Amino acid sequence: MGRKILFITTDQQRFDALGCNGGLIARTPNIDALAAHGINYNRAHPQNVVCMPSRSTMITGQHVSTHGVWMNGVPLPVDAPSVASTLHDAGYKTALIGKAHFEPFLDPFLRFAENQLAASGTHSLIEDGYLHRGFDHMESAAHGGMGTFHYAQWLMKNHPEAVPMYYRVLDMELQVSALGGTNTGAPQAHINNIPREWYHTDWVADRAIAWLESLDPDADWFCWVSFPDPHHPWDPPASELHRVNWRDVDLPVGFPVDRAQREAILDAKPAQWRKWYDGDFVSNYEAPRRWVPNTLTEDQVREINALTHIENELIDEAVGRLMKHVESRGWGADTDVLFSTDHGEFQGDFGLLFKGPYHVDSLMRVPLIWRPAPSAGVDPATVTAPVGHVSLAATFCEIAGLPQPAYVEAPRLPMNDEDARSLGHERVLTEWDSVLFGKIVGLRTICRDGWVATACLPGSLHNGTEGELYNLANDPLQQINLWDDSAYRSTRDDLLTDMWDSLPTPDAVRRECDAPV
Amino acid sequence: MGTVRRHIYIDAPADVVWGIVGAPDRLHEWFPIDSCEVVGSKRWINLPSGLRFEEDIITLDHDLRRFQYAIVNNMIVTHHLATVDVIADGADRCIVIYATDIEPEPMGLVIIGAAGSGLKKLQSMFSPVNGVS
Repeated sequence: MGRKILFITTDQQRFDALGCNGGLIARTPNIDALAAHGINYNRAHPQNVVCMPSRSTMITGQHVSTHGVWMNGVPLPVDAPSVASTLHDAGYKTALIGKAHFEPFLDPFLRFAENQLAASGTHSLIEDGYLHRGFDHMESAAHGGMGTFHYAQWLMKNHPEAVPMYYRVLDMELQVSALGGTNTGAPQAHINNIPREWYHTDWVADRAIAWLESLDPDADWFCWVSFPDPHHPWDPPASELHRVNWRDVDLPVGFPVDRAQREAILDAKPAQWRKWYDGDFVSNYEAPRRWVPNTLTEDQVREINALTHIENELIDEAVGRLMKHVESRGWGADTDVLFSTDHGEFQGDFGLLFKGPYHVDSLMRVPLIWRPAPSAGVDPATVTAPVGHVSLAATFCEIAGLPQPAYVEAPRLPMNDEDARSLGHERVLTEWDSVLFGKIVGLRTICRDGWVATACLPGSLHNGTEGELYNLANDPLQQINLWDDSAYRSTRDDLLTDMWDSLPTPDAVRRECDAPV
Repeated sequence: MGTVRRHIYIDAPADVVWGIVGAPDRLHEWFPIDSCEVVGSKRWINLPSGLRFEEDIITLDHDLRRFQYAIVNNMIVTHHLATVDVIADGADRCIVIYATDIEPEPMGLVIIGAAGSGLKKLQSMFSPVNGVS
């Protein structure tokens, strides 16, 4: 009997969402306990700041240029490497419960296995003799009660009256809706009268517990529990709104209250920032096309933050239930728990919401915690070295006692900073590419030695000379762009040289985008 | 307006490929739909998700090898024109081009993703293994 692996992810959760990372509002004692008894990564970045590319990195252990899922809507090939397959082949029982999103959501032709599974009422699929993505059991959920997901099917069958209680994410033009359903008019904020026990966070925990309960006590298992929250829409159960009164919430430190100051900060960044803020250039499908960020009010920022904190508390309580169940099965000492998210969220920073081609901490700095199995005797630590999701696959294999697979592009996560040095965790890379009906944006980013440097690739707004450079110690909010400051030219050039040397070479032919999301 | 396009080369004479592409009632043989029905210049297609689209057949030109159709009477799609061309590239090879203009824009990506699958299926139908000719 070996070590079991509980991999918990959220969606679009900021680093500072958690108490263990300095969050002061949402109460997250269960996740904080994982950090206290494990390894908390202070500088973890995703390899892309939207869902599909980021999640594809988690499962493949590869950078975006290698796995080829360069934006949402590009499906991960069915024969792509999967750490779940590696673990399955080694005898692990494997499950993914919650949001998968290696394949597009918007799929009326039911071309993709993730959508076919729920439609056919099954939980696994064998293609060409291989288990789809290596999971014995897949049970899907997304951000509401609609769509081809197991949760949506369950809700429709058992509580059909609750389906329309959720916010309707897409409008009639299939655009991400800009409407707000609360007094502040905040986009994608909504009063959801669904009972808490029917809400997707609790459903995901319930289904994960049911799968764990089905396992033999001696089984080795890998369970990826993937909560769809706190990704918008911000519509937690109305019964929970008492937890955080938005009127009591302070504005985030990253929200410059003075409009002139806010716009001056944006103007010092590459063009995609200010042009989106003014509604002149919507580069990607992940934010409402009809929402103009410069209309964002202080009350809207307060309310969205409050709703997010509530969703984070519900996730934490679900994590607590999962941990209790693991203990009750007698697996507590032998279970490794890893916690992270796919990317962050602006939540008001710079006067913005949602996400896009903006490589700053709001979107790039993510919670990452590894609580090794207590039986492994690993000392708790805080790791300051830069690490990325690209190391997750190798970490899972290390836990399972397997050699590092040939397909991964980064070593396992370090157990402390000394371990990070010996493993070569010097830098972390993040890529962005988007093409939306002729609007083209590309970014490449390196974080190393307390600096973040982003190069803009030639595209609709950039000629390839623009970029961003931030000193994380002096400018933790990344409001002072040093890219064109001659005093930092050599630092910038050194970082960029390292970045280009370290990035994998993408395939010559880019994979097709098959859906907006 | 969403405007999208995909193409594929097929190792078969254009007339042979057109025999399938130019038959509106054979769409289900290569496009990822469950079934279709053609009555005069109308076609109804049934998607695996249960959705059903009504279409007008706009152009069926056997000389040009061009097929055009439009989704109509649809709650979401307010404008649509799809064009499929089969163009000879020598005697034994052709290129099939599928292009769509559509409102709302996001629907273009969904349709063209399905068209991409369809074109690959079409190509496989003429591979030496499957041997349609």
